[in-house]
Amino acid sequence: MTETTPVLKDRLPIPFNTSPEPFTLVAQGAESLLYKTTFLSPSQPAALKVRPVKKWRHPTLDKRLTRARILAEARVLVKLSGEGIATGSGGRKVKDPKKGDVGAGGMRGMVPAVLGLDWEQGWLVTDWIEGGTVKEAIYRASRSRAGTGVPGVGDDEARVEELTQLLRKMGEVVGKLHACGVVHGDLTTSNMMLRPHATQARSTSTSEGSLDGDLVLIDFGLATQSVSEEDRAVDLYVLERAFGSTHPREEDLFACVLEAYAQGEGSGMKGKAGKTVLRKLEDVRMRGRKKSMVG
Amino acid sequence: METIVLPHLPGQPLQVCLFANVQNAQFLRQQLLDGNANFEYAFLDAAVLLSRQHVLAACFRAINDMLQGRLKSKNVHSEIVFSLSPNNNISESFRRFGVSETTNHILAIKVGGDQAQVEEHLRQHVEGQMVAFTDGALAGMRDESRIRKAYKVDIASVQADAFIIGSMALKGS
Repeated sequence: MTETTPVLKDRLPIPFNTSPEPFTLVAQGAESLLYKTTFLSPSQPAALKVRPVKKWRHPTLDKRLTRARILAEARVLVKLSGEGIATGSGGRKVKDPKKGDVGAGGMRGMVPAVLGLDWEQGWLVTDWIEGGTVKEAIYRASRSRAGTGVPGVGDDEARVEELTQLLRKMGEVVGKLHACGVVHGDLTTSNMMLRPHATQARSTSTSEGSLDGDLVLIDFGLATQSVSEEDRAVDLYVLERAFGSTHPREEDLFACVLEAYAQGEGSGMKGKAGKTVLRKLEDVRMRGRKKSMVG
Repeated sequence: METIVLPHLPGQPLQVCLFANVQNAQFLRQQLLDGNANFEYAFLDAAVLLSRQHVLAACFRAINDMLQGRLKSKNVHSEIVFSLSPNNNISESFRRFGVSETTNHILAIKVGGDQAQVEEHLRQHVEGQMVAFTDGALAGMRDESRIRKAYKVDIASVQADAFIIGSMALKGS
C-alpha cells in the first residue's frame, strides 16, 4: 500500500487537478478514492477523499447524491469533534442528558478532523492519522503469537493480554460513538487506526508490533446519526462478523469488545442502554443484518 | 511579514502580516468601508483567531470559492473574513472577525501582490508592531470569551480547533 502509484491529477477535482503537491492513492472503494496529500501547510499530511463523477448516472442525480453523501460524512465528523465542547443548539445533546457529558473530551482525537470540503466538487479533506490499521496490528500480533510456538506459555499470555486491551479499547470507542448518537455503518478492523502515542512516534523500532496507541475510527462514509438500539446492534453485528472472518484466530476474544462496550468506560453505553443493545444484538445474530420489513 | 503559499493553490500566494497594539484601527476600518482600492486586504481581529491553521482554513475556503465563482461577499478579502464565521450572516461575520474601532491586534492578509510592496504599504499605514505570525503570538492576543461566543463552544483552546474548522467548512451546506 505504500507503493507510490502515479496519480492522474487531471482526474482530481478543482483545485487539486492543477496542484503541484504530491498525491498518493491510498485506498479505493466503490464510491470514493482516498489520497494522501498535504493541506494548509506543506508539512501537514492530510487525507483527501474524492467522490468521482459517475458517468452512468444522470448528472443531476449524481450531483445530488455526491453532495448528500459528502455532507453526511462531514456533518458526522464535525458533530463528533464538537462532542462535549459545543454549546450550540444544533442537536449536540446526547440522547440521555444525565450522562450527556461524554467523558472529559467526547470523541475528540478518536475521529479525523475535517479541514475542508467542497460538496459541489465532491471532495473532503481530513487530517492524516498516523499509524496503521487495527487489522494490521492484530495480524502482526497473531504472527508473533504463532512464533512463540506453544500456546498459553509466557510471551503468548502477554500477547493475549495486550490483544484483550486493544479489543476493550475498540468496545469503549464504539460505545462512545453510539452514545454520541452516531452509528458508523461499516465497522471493521481496517476502519480503525492505531495511532502511536506522541512519545512513541519517535522510537519506531520499539513500537513496531505494539498494540499500544490511540484508537481512531475512520471512514464515516456510511455513518448515520441514530440512537436506535436496532441500528446500534447492527453496527456491532457488522463488526462481529467482520472480525470473525478477518481474525479467525482471535475470534474467541471478541466478547471483550462487547463487554467493554456495555461497561461504557469513559462514558459510553453505560448501564441499561448498553445491555439493551447487547440483547438486541442477539436478535440480530439470529436473523442477520437486514431488518424485518414487517410492521 | 510572511508569504504563505497554500498547498494546491500555488497561484494565490498570501501576504500575511500580524500587527500588535494597533493604534489606528478606526482609520483602517474606514478605508474598507470607503472601498479604498489601495486597501485590498482582509483585516482580521487577531483576538478571535485560534491558530495559523484556523486562519489558513478560512483562506483556503475563500480562495477556492473565488476560483469556482461562488463568492458570497464582495471580493476574496471580505470572503476570508466571512469564511471564519460558522454561519451565513455576512455583516455579523465582519463585526465578529473583521477590524473594528476597538481592535488591538490585526492580522492583515492580501491574496496575491508583491511582498515588498505590500509590506511597505502596510508599514506606512498600520500603526502597530509587526510580529511573527505564530500560534504563540495568536495565543497571547486571544480573547477566549469572544471565541466561545462566536463559535458556541465551551473551550477556546486549540482542542476546539477541529470542531471550529469543521463548522467553517460546513457553512452554507
